[in-house]
Amino acid sequence: MSKWIEVVELYKIPVLGSRLIKTRDMDIAVFRASDDSVFAVRDACPHRGGPLSQGIVHGHTVTCPLHNWKIDLHTGGALAPDRGCTNVFPVKIEDGKVYLQLVTEDEASAC
Amino acid sequence: MLKENLVLIGNGMAGVRTLEELLKLAPDAYNITVFGEEPYGNYNRIMLSPVLASEKTIEQIMLNSEQWYVDNGITLHKGKKVEQINRARREVIASDGTVAKYDRLIIATGSLSFMLPLPGADKQGVIGFRDIKDVDTMLEAARNHQHAVVIGGGLLGLEAANGLMKQGMDVTVVHLLDTLMERQLDKPAATMLQKSLEERGMKFLMEHSTAEILGNERVTGIRFKNGTEIPADLVVMAVGIKPNIELGKAAGLHCERGIVVSDTLQTITDPKIYAIGECVQHRGTAYGLVAPLFEQAKVAANHLAKYGIAQYRGTVTSTRLKVTGIELFSAGDFIGNDKTEDLVFKDAASGTYKRLVLQDNKIKGAVMYGDTVDGSWYFEMMKDGTDISAFRKTILFGQHNLGDSGHNPETRVASLPDSAEICGCNGVCKGDIVKAITEKKLFTLDEVRAHTKASASCGSCTGLVESLLAHTVGGEYSATPKTKPLCKCTDYTHDEIRSGILKHELKTMPAVRDHFEWKTPDGCPTCRNALNYYLLCAFPTEYVDDAQSRYINERVHGNIQKDGSYSVVPRMFGGMCTSDQLRAIADVADKYEVPTMKVTGGQRIDMFGIQKEQLPAMWKDLSAAGFVSGHAYGKAMRTVKTCVGSEWCRFGTQDSTGLGVKLEELTWGSWMPHKFKLAVSGCPRNCAEATIKDIGVVCVDSGYELHIGGNGGIKVRVTDLLCKVETEAEVLEYTGAFCQFYREDAHYLERTAPWVERVGLEKVKTAILGDAANRKALYERFLISQQPAQIDPWKARAEGAEANEFTPILIEA
Ligand SMILES: Cc1cc2nc3c(=O)[nH]c(=O)nc-3n(C[C@H](O)[C@H](O)[C@H](O)COP(=O)(O)OP(=O)(O)OC[C@H]3O[C@@H](n4cnc5c(N)ncnc54)[C@H](O)[C@@H]3O)c2cc1C
Ligand code: SF4
Ligand code: SF4
Ligand code: FES
Repeated sequence: MSKWIEVVELYKIPVLGSRLIKTRDMDIAVFRASDDSVFAVRDACPHRGGPLSQGIVHGHTVTCPLHNWKIDLHTGGALAPDRGCTNVFPVKIEDGKVYLQLVTEDEASAC
Repeated sequence: MLKENLVLIGNGMAGVRTLEELLKLAPDAYNITVFGEEPYGNYNRIMLSPVLASEKTIEQIMLNSEQWYVDNGITLHKGKKVEQINRARREVIASDGTVAKYDRLIIATGSLSFMLPLPGADKQGVIGFRDIKDVDTMLEAARNHQHAVVIGGGLLGLEAANGLMKQGMDVTVVHLLDTLMERQLDKPAATMLQKSLEERGMKFLMEHSTAEILGNERVTGIRFKNGTEIPADLVVMAVGIKPNIELGKAAGLHCERGIVVSDTLQTITDPKIYAIGECVQHRGTAYGLVAPLFEQAKVAANHLAKYGIAQYRGTVTSTRLKVTGIELFSAGDFIGNDKTEDLVFKDAASGTYKRLVLQDNKIKGAVMYGDTVDGSWYFEMMKDGTDISAFRKTILFGQHNLGDSGHNPETRVASLPDSAEICGCNGVCKGDIVKAITEKKLFTLDEVRAHTKASASCGSCTGLVESLLAHTVGGEYSATPKTKPLCKCTDYTHDEIRSGILKHELKTMPAVRDHFEWKTPDGCPTCRNALNYYLLCAFPTEYVDDAQSRYINERVHGNIQKDGSYSVVPRMFGGMCTSDQLRAIADVADKYEVPTMKVTGGQRIDMFGIQKEQLPAMWKDLSAAGFVSGHAYGKAMRTVKTCVGSEWCRFGTQDSTGLGVKLEELTWGSWMPHKFKLAVSGCPRNCAEATIKDIGVVCVDSGYELHIGGNGGIKVRVTDLLCKVETEAEVLEYTGAFCQFYREDAHYLERTAPWVERVGLEKVKTAILGDAANRKALYERFLISQQPAQIDPWKARAEGAEANEFTPILIEA
């Protein structure tokens, strides 16, 4: 497992919004729910790769802006009736800062 | 990164579907090579039956032409059989010596017709029913011979027999048991089926077992175990299939009945090798229908694309028979046992039979003959384990059992839930189809097939899809029945919530949600956007807009396009522009390397392919050149289209362009329940197409006609004439009043056309024409809400508003 990387201060992610993290390998969307929990998922919808970071967050779900698939932020899985999933990455908050673990794609969990 | 090599053996339905799914997910991940024993592109095997019956041609059943392989960079070796897989060297070797190296391999070799080992089974004219070659053999026999015998009274056998009969042959079906299709039908249904096939001229020899096939080189007849003989020039064996596992077996992969695979469709012996389709055995089951194979294809593709870890857990299948004019459906355990109960409906005269097998009030199986519209409903409940006790008494009459509309398939399909599976082959549910029809503006069956794949395989659901299409396209205006709650988060309707907001002065979204006892903490994309709009409309000077309750287009003031880039439309009031403005746009386009520019339907210039991070800088430049956002992306007033008008046009009666500019200056920036467009034409020739706009002004000699409620979109609607006025000042006042009335009255996402039809033209006329004081009050409210609204969002963003939104975080790791 790789190390934790500080990515952004929590307050810089809008509540019910997201920030886009660009890494060398891929884009990752970091979301902040209304209860201040934070999620990191690969910024590619399992449907046609839509930018999930641009979607609307509700509960612990994001709705993809392209065709309205709903993705569970805990698992990266699409909610029924759609099927498919995108990777989720470990995140944690310490002292108001958000840390992300950049595991490889194979390690990143998905449903 | 070097691309990996992916090799597919078997150019059939499961293998190629896997590639299609893979190309959707990761188009550039692999160099793909396909080996197919058959000398064609990829075709829809299921449709061989209609081809045999002359209902389709081979061309019509091709799924992917050879050009498709070229377009997708796939190397196709057609007509080449793979004879060996060398796992140590990771390569496959074909009959002609072609060698292909793989990093990952998919085996999709399908299955073979099971040929009874009878004496004489090797004679000419004895075949299975599996591929185009077999169909050619049958068509050829039909031209030159008379007697055909089909051994096997199952699905495939009956389809073959039906086709041969249509080709004019005298056809006898030989079956070992006393009922047809015993794996799909119970006795009453099988009897009804046999009867209607007999009426069409098919002959049956039930409980007959074949002993020998007679003839010299070519078959001439058949002898049965009971000693009788019948003549035959063609014998089609349709007694079953066996998974085609020879190649896998020879490569040392563990095989039982099929090649054994895991839940990710990898062979359990070698994870670099996937197997899929009829040659596979998954959790003990080998499938012989396409629906499960397509599900497998999705999972395998997901895995090959290194996307998440989708899993295949097996499929419950249902069956329909593709013989035109015969409706037949079965699913699950339709025989039952001593723990189950039967619900049976039988009307022999009308040829209808339905039987549901229940256990603890849950559906275990279903057989239907004659009327199968509710098949998918039953199947859905069976898969979901729905408790049916509440409607057990009427369940056999179908979902639309009460009232008088029960026999119209269109209304029946309307009552299906969104999750109901319409196309079993491709696993497409009603919601997907409706969504595709409305969002992609589909009109024809072919379009629905192309976009959703529904009814694109066996076609038995064609009727349902057509009904759905008719219903969805035709029912657009009734999409918002009055009693429908705003969304799943609440029980209250749009109207109740809107009036509650005003009455109780609920000025924030949490206040509304508290008051109306929302069921979810943050709401959902449907209600959040609607509430944000309602609050903005009710308290224009107080309410603080909630960016997170806006769809991305409105949040960033640009149009998201299919690849995640954006498009930007500067406002050009009334469609007017100067050479300086054009130059400024051209400079911006050069500077930001805009790949595509287009003049929109509303006479503005659209610049496509802008990356999100570029937007603020680009807007800054556009602002500096004097442009404001065109709102071409929002539920807002978009454009005022104009014609030439009296300034230049020899027909023009009034200055339509000038009026258009004034109207746009009045209305720009206003948020609306939906997109909103205006147009002004200078004379009744109507060059600006004003009569299909939300508001259209048609200038005439004596003044101005005001038209409302038009729509040029999915369902074209010509405007209603609201009134005629004499001065430009009146045009502006009436327009503002109409806008405000619409803003305050319509449901969010309801355009003026369906709104006018829902509330009635009279109500609109009364509000605007009936009472001058009311009209002036509406206009006044419109002007008040325009004050805070006419702020250019681009300029604000360019100056740093919501900078977080546009600034990605870069990580070097
Ligand atoms: C007449 C007919 C009607 C049917 N009707 C229905 C229906 O109504 N509903 C339904 O769900 N299903 C139906 N089916 C079944 C359906 O067609 C199959 O389930 C489906 O085609 C199986 O897909 P597959 O890719 O596993 O095999 P196939 O589609 O059979 O593809 C396998 C391909 O692999 C090729 N191949 C085999 N070995 C090699 C090798 N060594 N090298 C290269 N190529 C090789 C074969 O030539 C073949 O083209 C029907 C089948 C038939 C024959
Ligand atoms: S802009 Fe054209 S392609 Fe896009 S949705 Fe409208 S009509 Fe369809
Ligand atoms: S609508 Fe009339 S005035 Fe306008 S351009 Fe056409 S002909 Fe000329
Ligand atoms: S790409 Fe996300 S829903 Fe289509």
